[in-house]
Amino acid sequence: MTGEPAAARWRLAVDAEQCIGSAACAGACARFRMTDDGRAEPVAEVVDAEEAVRDAAECCPVEAITVTDADTGAPVAP
Amino acid sequence: MTTHSRQVRDFPFETPARLSMEPLFATLRRTEPLSRVRLPYGGEAWLVTRYEDIRTVLGDPRFGRAATLHDAAPRIQPDPAGEGVLMSLDPPDHTRLRKTVAGVFTKRRVEELRPATERIAGELLDAMEATGPPADLVTSFALPLSVTVICDLLGVPREDREKLRRWSDALLSTTACTPAEMAASTEALADYFATLARQRRQQPTDDLLGALVARCDSREGQLDEGELVLLTRDLLIAGHETTASQIANCTYLLLQQPHGAVRPDADAGMPMSAVEELLRFIPLGSGSFRARVATEEVELCGRRVRPGETVFAPTVAANWDPEVFHDPGTLDWERSPNPHLAFGHGVHHCLGAQLARMELHVALGALLERLPGLRPAVGEGEIEWKTGMQVRGPRTLPVRW
Repeated sequence: MTGEPAAARWRLAVDAEQCIGSAACAGACARFRMTDDGRAEPVAEVVDAEEAVRDAAECCPVEAITVTDADTGAPVAP
Repeated sequence: MTTHSRQVRDFPFETPARLSMEPLFATLRRTEPLSRVRLPYGGEAWLVTRYEDIRTVLGDPRFGRAATLHDAAPRIQPDPAGEGVLMSLDPPDHTRLRKTVAGVFTKRRVEELRPATERIAGELLDAMEATGPPADLVTSFALPLSVTVICDLLGVPREDREKLRRWSDALLSTTACTPAEMAASTEALADYFATLARQRRQQPTDDLLGALVARCDSREGQLDEGELVLLTRDLLIAGHETTASQIANCTYLLLQQPHGAVRPDADAGMPMSAVEELLRFIPLGSGSFRARVATEEVELCGRRVRPGETVFAPTVAANWDPEVFHDPGTLDWERSPNPHLAFGHGVHHCLGAQLARMELHVALGALLERLPGLRPAVGEGEIEWKTGMQVRGPRTLPVRW
């Protein structure tokens, strides 16, 4: 499942209740950053599809990140 | 830079008795938050001791691990690659490899292992009660519990546990074993897991090793054979020695508290906040002394760290920073928030963190509930502690109940 169509756009969300602030996502992908209170958040809600985003979501230890197709709402990760 | 005028200290600092914190961390935090240290291998490096700086070094992508893999790298172990395959990679290679196993270690998946872990803990306590006191908590409870959990998860036959433990101990040595002994154990473990992987090819299994072999052979090719062997080896080592040591360390500290200081709740067992506080408080050592190398110029503590320079950012020092943790040298069972870095921070945040939390929660809860009269069977001075290892903990912990 590599090589998304170039036009694909993904919607990112971080569940702040679930997030434990491990920074596993922010360290791996520039589309995520840590807030002052130590939680992760997406830099932008909708981004161009890129493998690093999917990988970061799949590495979250508490499955707090969801990535969905911005057009169809179909789940991308985890 | 005027590094010539600075004092260069030998690092790691001398380990104080039992589970005491290295006192120099507190001194340096106040007087020299960015200092120079000399490592047993590879020469000099920077050391940071404040929580914020440690979090920066561990979380900022401008600091990497891959650049530590050469013979001249400042380090605590003889082999520059001795710190594990995941620990030797930066994103995106790291992310690609980590995600092949990350799904098995999420909080949700780990909770599915809780009933089996409770059963294992119960059986070990049954056996202890049947034999009667005194017992060594390390060999009769802490070690078999964590080894059984990780072996079952990976799909390693339980009868192989003893020899795996010998090899694994050698790999976690800093001075306890010779480089030749460490190299021999590294090879033995790789051979062992390569053989298990071959068996899975002939006879697929639904354990983690079976799943990794299937992924290795799939068209997606996210994992090659060499990585598979190294990864399973690292999971075994990380999964048992650290957790077993922590179960023993936590029990040791709990037995020093006034009776009933931590009371397991009938419904929820051991309070999770108490587990988190023990994780913060105990200077376990593991992972704390794995350096990062600046891949570009970074400002740290008002100074410029140049590309290629090595920085040590010990999480044990972060966890006792009074700027973040009020009265850090005191155990506060209800401390909240408790943003300790016991499992690290950033891309190398401990893969098994959720598993370790669950195991500690189950193990300590079961101990306190089943053996409320648990107490040391020997005097403080008779407890023998491990030396020359990356992970601190009692070698044996004789107890009565």
